[in-house]
Amino acid sequence: MAQVMFDPSLQQDVRLRLFERMVILRRFEKRVYDLFLEGFVKGTSHLSIGQEAIAAGFGEAMQASDWTFATYRGHAHTLSRGVEMAPVMAELMGRVGGLMGGKGGSMHLTSVDHGMMGSYAIVGAHLPIAVGAALSAKYRKSNQVAVCFFGDGTTNIGAFHEALNFAAVYDLPVVFVCENNLYMEYTSIHDVTAVEHPAADRAASYGLERIIVDGNDVSEMYRVAQERLQWARAGQGPSLIEAMTYRHNGHSRADPGKYRPDTEVAAWMQRDPIPAYRRRLELEGVAVALLDEIEERVAVAVDEATEVAKASPPPPADLAWRDVWSDGGWQWRS
Amino acid sequence: MAELSYREAVYRALAQEMERDERVVFLGEDVAKAGGVFKATSGLLDRFGPGRVIDTPISEQAILGALMGAAMTGLRPVAEIMYSDFFGVCWDIVANQMAKTRYMTNGQVTIPVVIRSGNGGGLRFGAQHSQSIENWAMAVPGLKVALPSTPHDLIGLFAAAVRDDDPVIFLESKSLYATKDEVADGEIVESLGRARLVRSGTDVTIVTIGAMVHRSREAADRLAQEFGIDCAVIDLRTLVPLDIGTVLASVGETSRLFTVEENPQLCGWGAEVVSIVSDEGFYTLDGPPVRITTPHIPLPAAAELEDQVIPSVDRIVEVIMKRVG
Repeated sequence: MAQVMFDPSLQQDVRLRLFERMVILRRFEKRVYDLFLEGFVKGTSHLSIGQEAIAAGFGEAMQASDWTFATYRGHAHTLSRGVEMAPVMAELMGRVGGLMGGKGGSMHLTSVDHGMMGSYAIVGAHLPIAVGAALSAKYRKSNQVAVCFFGDGTTNIGAFHEALNFAAVYDLPVVFVCENNLYMEYTSIHDVTAVEHPAADRAASYGLERIIVDGNDVSEMYRVAQERLQWARAGQGPSLIEAMTYRHNGHSRADPGKYRPDTEVAAWMQRDPIPAYRRRLELEGVAVALLDEIEERVAVAVDEATEVAKASPPPPADLAWRDVWSDGGWQWRS
Repeated sequence: MAELSYREAVYRALAQEMERDERVVFLGEDVAKAGGVFKATSGLLDRFGPGRVIDTPISEQAILGALMGAAMTGLRPVAEIMYSDFFGVCWDIVANQMAKTRYMTNGQVTIPVVIRSGNGGGLRFGAQHSQSIENWAMAVPGLKVALPSTPHDLIGLFAAAVRDDDPVIFLESKSLYATKDEVADGEIVESLGRARLVRSGTDVTIVTIGAMVHRSREAADRLAQEFGIDCAVIDLRTLVPLDIGTVLASVGETSRLFTVEENPQLCGWGAEVVSIVSDEGFYTLDGPPVRITTPHIPLPAAAELEDQVIPSVDRIVEVIMKRVG
């Protein structure tokens, strides 16, 4: 799984963008972690540190009109669709400049203008919703594809199975991406699942290919994403991908992740997708200075976004009463 | 003008909106080839084709999730949940997703869906195929709730629901499918949030909805004939939006309020109506508001038992007579 695959066909600009995307996600999430400890980010946050290659690979491969449906661990997927850092940061801080004016919070990041159709905080719910978007694309012949990201824990909830079957029956253009980070929340997925690979080993039940990829290899993720998006656009129906990965932090901000063996954590830290890809790019002859420049540029951008978010005031009180209904208001009596 | 059954009105309502707007698609279990478990959608598949009238697996989460995703991306889809009891297996999509996503995204997302469902008792189906779940839906901010009581209203309220940009839970009374009424030719469109005065009256205001409208009207006729008690009957037609203005105006004239509800007693919609009238119309009242409901029990299957617990014409007459007469 950890084999180094040189891909000379990949243009240098694509490779640099894949690298930059991952660096953005990593540095953004690290900043969120710090801001949480400093009391700026409230509530909860579920970080994608360690899992960046999946969001980055798909983000690069998807077309602007395609749709992303993500879970509460959705910061990375939001940023990878090109949403600016500052409004995401401000949303996590509950500021009016947030992506949803502070009304949604960390677990519900959405930017319809970027095809980011939502982050869903009830496990499994967004799989059928992504299927509906795909149904709409097929009905309207719009050539759009819905991509739905979820964790390994999702494979044991009914909505997963209903959505897979439904999408397969109607040959809908949807790509399901299971980010298998080995733990549902605090419990090993292996301990609570009847099969070895929680997503891939169920694919045959719905007439789908068994696809397992190294989710820490960004160029492999990009290749698989391109292939399955094309598959969907060609009218071949859904795909189910299981991307093997690991989160460096706990499940959420309150979780130190002590249930994981030290040796396992250490082994996966060795497979951190970002240094690995950087080493590969250097081996392929990309100038160190170019990579350093990307790192520095992103660091500055994260600092700037942080300041913009901090400068944004809290939402005005009346925002709580807005947009319950499509008329913009909340009235239930007439 | 033609006589139409409540069941036939379902077909006409769907056909009217599907003919008008290509974005309207319809999906549910057994709805296409079989024409629905209540045979209310027979013929739609032939008329609109399999791309727009879709048989689904028994997967309520997938049906309603797909409905939501399709609505977020440009369609105006309609689903059938065969029996409203089955909302129990897909309530996450309804209460957590459809109802809240517009709000959480600060208005970025619009979810124009209609979920039709057979609701209520009277058909001896027992506790899991007879419930009145309108108060479940009413309790969730972000859902509109409609209960047509006549073939005309079924078409008109359905049209309003399809054209509305918010999620609408559209509850058809199963016990009314065979009932008939005169319905005008041509397009019928009503409004959500506008109650209908079924019968005017000066002594008592009866507020009701769905299948209980007919029992309330019959009870009102008997109360007038046998006891000289003149009852106004208001069909709320939608619980959200709630046309409380029509209720307050009528209670202002009659000074007495009764609700007739098919749902179990606790947290039924009538409690909300009574609460508002007690607050805003207290000084117009000449006596305590009274709720006539199904008791707080699951529904039994046997005819003798079911008939005893769902509000009947006899019970409505008796309660009002005792309280007012």
